[in-house]
Amino acid sequence: MLLQISLTVTMVMLSLAMILILIRVWLGPGLADRVIALDILMTTGIAFIAVYAMMTAEPVFIEVSVVLALIAFLATVAFSYYMDRRRS
Amino acid sequence: MFLDILISICLLSGGFFILLSAVGILRMPDLYMRISAATKATTLGVGLIVLSTALFFGTLPIVSKSLLVIVFIFLTAPVAGQILARAGFLSGSPLWPGTHINEYKEEEPGKEEK
Repeated sequence: MLLQISLTVTMVMLSLAMILILIRVWLGPGLADRVIALDILMTTGIAFIAVYAMMTAEPVFIEVSVVLALIAFLATVAFSYYMDRRRS
Repeated sequence: MFLDILISICLLSGGFFILLSAVGILRMPDLYMRISAATKATTLGVGLIVLSTALFFGTLPIVSKSLLVIVFIFLTAPVAGQILARAGFLSGSPLWPGTHINEYKEEEPGKEEK
């Protein structure tokens, strides 16, 4: 019972955080602001999937968060190399 | 019951830290402050939530995968933040007017500055 309540509250917190980060993606004055916001959005997605795995008691979803943790770093590094190349 | 309380504490504090980093990324005035706020708080929050997943399932494969996620995020988040701050600085992202120290500009005088 306690676990269900805290899982739901955490889900609500993460959804609120995603909405705030998406506002920054929408506003973001430069490309770098949008890229860091998307990186944090992906990291929040890892936490979201972990909480979802606990809600459904399905341990398979943990592997999704492993893959997402790998991809988020690659996406950020690729974007920053793109910004470096575009400058020169 | 004790384990439930421990998992709930980890979950709620992790969600709180992620929410705090989202507020930080929305309210900070500068690209570099946004990177600083977002990277640290989100790393701690995701670490706590994945740790609570490891406590919840408690079997060896899940615990090792959770530790893999935690170690990987703790390794890559500072690197990603640093690379992105460097790319943002070199492509001319403005500093906050209250910034006093700018050492990178004097380190590389050959680069063009905007």
